[in-house]
Amino acid sequence: MEKMPKWADVILIPAISILLAAIISGVVLLATGKDPLNALVIMFDGAVGSSRAWGYTLYYATNFIFTGLAVAVAFHARMFNIGGEGQALLGGVGVAVACLYIPWPHWTLALLGAMVLSGIFGAIWAAIPAFLQAKRGSHIVITTIMFNFIAYSLINHLLVNVMKPAGVMEPATASFPEATHLPNFHDILGLVGIDFAMDAPANLAFFVALLACLFLWALIWRTRIGYQIRQFGESESAARYAGVSPTKIIMISMILSGMFAGMMSINNVMGEAERLVLNSAEGAGFIGIAVALMGRNHPVGIVLAAILFGFLYQGGTQLSIQAQIPKEMVVVIQSLVILFTGALDHMVRSPVERIFLALRRKEA
Amino acid sequence: MTTPAIELKGISKAFGPVQANKDINIRVMPGTIHGIIGENGAGKSTLMSILYGFYKADAGEIFINGNKTEIPDSQHAIAAGIGMVFQHFKLVENFTVLENIVLGAEDGPMLTPSLRKARAQLKQLADDYGLNVDPDAIIENIGVGQQQRVEILKALYRKAEILILDEPTGVLTPAEADQLFRILERLKDEGKTVILITHKLREIMEITDEVSVMRRGTMVGHVATAKTSPAELAEMMVGRKVLLEVDKTPAKPGRTILEVKNLSVTDQWGVKRLKEVSLTIRAGEILGIAGVAGNGQSELLEVLGGYQKATGEVILNGEAIDLTGLHSDGQTRRSRGIAHVPEDRQSEGLIMNFTAWENVALGYHNDPKYQKNALFMDNPAIRKDTEEKMARFDVRPPLPELRAKSFSGGNQQKIVVAREIERNPDLLLVGQPTRGVDIGAIEFIHKQIVALRDAGKAILLVSVELDEIMSLSDRIAVMFDGRIMGERDPENTSVKELGLLMAGISGEAA
Repeated sequence: MEKMPKWADVILIPAISILLAAIISGVVLLATGKDPLNALVIMFDGAVGSSRAWGYTLYYATNFIFTGLAVAVAFHARMFNIGGEGQALLGGVGVAVACLYIPWPHWTLALLGAMVLSGIFGAIWAAIPAFLQAKRGSHIVITTIMFNFIAYSLINHLLVNVMKPAGVMEPATASFPEATHLPNFHDILGLVGIDFAMDAPANLAFFVALLACLFLWALIWRTRIGYQIRQFGESESAARYAGVSPTKIIMISMILSGMFAGMMSINNVMGEAERLVLNSAEGAGFIGIAVALMGRNHPVGIVLAAILFGFLYQGGTQLSIQAQIPKEMVVVIQSLVILFTGALDHMVRSPVERIFLALRRKEA
Repeated sequence: MTTPAIELKGISKAFGPVQANKDINIRVMPGTIHGIIGENGAGKSTLMSILYGFYKADAGEIFINGNKTEIPDSQHAIAAGIGMVFQHFKLVENFTVLENIVLGAEDGPMLTPSLRKARAQLKQLADDYGLNVDPDAIIENIGVGQQQRVEILKALYRKAEILILDEPTGVLTPAEADQLFRILERLKDEGKTVILITHKLREIMEITDEVSVMRRGTMVGHVATAKTSPAELAEMMVGRKVLLEVDKTPAKPGRTILEVKNLSVTDQWGVKRLKEVSLTIRAGEILGIAGVAGNGQSELLEVLGGYQKATGEVILNGEAIDLTGLHSDGQTRRSRGIAHVPEDRQSEGLIMNFTAWENVALGYHNDPKYQKNALFMDNPAIRKDTEEKMARFDVRPPLPELRAKSFSGGNQQKIVVAREIERNPDLLLVGQPTRGVDIGAIEFIHKQIVALRDAGKAILLVSVELDEIMSLSDRIAVMFDGRIMGERDPENTSVKELGLLMAGISGEAA
């Protein structure tokens, strides 16, 4: 039998973990002579206190949903894709190619085109390590990490030597044409009469991310290929017995993973920057690992975890601007949340399980 | 009256809501061989783990030679004179016998004096108990029977007076098991106390002086072996009368279903696992493959089941099967009419974290019955199918949503057997169908296999339980070192003859 009710597993334990992380963060802030309560107020105000604040939080959350889904789909096949960052960077190239070199009549078509190309570019970047894993046994963790570095260099080369407009010093592409600009929350929510801040970066890509969640859920739990991915992930020997090809599953799960990571760029590159710059992914590929871990590789969990990390990202930025708390301290706070929700999960889990068992025994 | 070597009073142990041991009392007299018998999950291993200090009992007391003793860890158990030989040996494969024996019992920082001392003592022990092992042999180069001796020597070297053996014959040939029993008798004659944990009635009857029977965490009785019978013990174990013999009529073999010619398998390290194996199975008969685990039976099943490449020929219903790896996956095999109950249900036959219904689709996810449309699977249909299978095969509890790991061994195996047999295959591959399965379920599974045979299907049965092979098979082939050593008629052979073949001794003399 299960050791405790499901709600405790999915809500209570993360809540306790976050609370613990918050308490330790408070202690750290106190030790550096800052007022933790004031910091908390600034974080909340900066991340969810206004529609503009929400606009930033959800913008970051969109990035994290995509990269979280990328890590999750691979992890269902027990492939640990650390290369979300590189795949997202390559996805950015895909978006730039789509937006700069194809004359789109309308943003809807541009969005579809950018989704396809960013997905393909990200997928290719994941497919190479996947192939090496499936056919050569090169460990996917090592190769995907290395492919992040190759991606950095490749983007550098492309932006400096290939895609940069002539006569410009900055290593970046030209701005994308007007017809490729995605509507932001101000435009979308304005249609239903909600007044949303105009200068917030959250855009249509957020809804694409939610659709991607639905897609992942249906794929993993409702289709044959998802069933085979889960079989392979839970037990490679049972999957072999069942006649599932390991090569096929490794390739498919990693291609889907790279596709999700790559499609993140319709948010940051197409929806926000509207041009491709160096380091466009800004570490979202790595945050995706924590998001997937905390969200238990389930789309609903990933959305919630992504919003939490969006909150930390945006709230943390405000903290460093308004409270003169160094950016490094903000990273410490974010890391504490990752540490408690991910790595120290067991520390919280086993006492809670024991409490539930004791309660149950009392009832019996 | 003599003091018992071991006395346990009121031992209880719960794992979460599961009561593994409940108020267990047992006395083991010194200088005897005491058997503890019970089905898998009856709590035998838990009880011994408490005695050896791996688990702490929730309640109860342990007395060693009449003294109340606390055993918080295995160091204390060793100090109290208890030695344990585990089912899965705990040896360092690339160390020598001597190094393994000394490991953890070194006298000081320098190894040489300890090894010199151990060598002398080892010779003494070998002379005393007939435990001959070459002290300089590397563990991975010696046989399983020899490795087991090393485990016994390890315990004796640590001055064990009480020796616990957990399912010691599982990996041995009948001849090796006989040798082990000889050694245990020697130990008993020298005044040592032996506790033998097993689920095999034959071993209990053969060697023990007294026997304690466990069922579902409780001790249901203690009897003197001389005053009981296998049937009585089985009844105590299960709680009802059981049929120990398989009820079947003579086979009526029909046309040839499977023909295997010169099948060979070389593993990834270049070792030949199957060597030119040839066999045929006809409709309506059971071919049993006897042999000690690891002599090529697994590879044979893997090749036929479609997840091992091989050279040679396999012909099913008159048509050759591709063995090169291109079209030789489990899916192709299933579509050709082969079903497979694999040897290891926990790592192959089932996915322990999947629900029962998800496991029922394992291997059959392409079945049109299980599809809603071209895109999606029809999960409710699979659930319904599972419910019906669970009813027909009496799987308990009959809950399709329960995870495989939550079922007992017997019920897990029933799920696998139901899934495979109900495909109505032309050829059923069955590996260790009753390993870790309770007696009641064994009876049921055997009946199902015989029923499939009587329906005119071919069955290849692989088992390390010689009793099972003898009672189910219509023909018996014995495997040793990747070869078929010979075929025998179960009516006209004996355990001894099969045992010699299993040890690789062939020829008409055998």
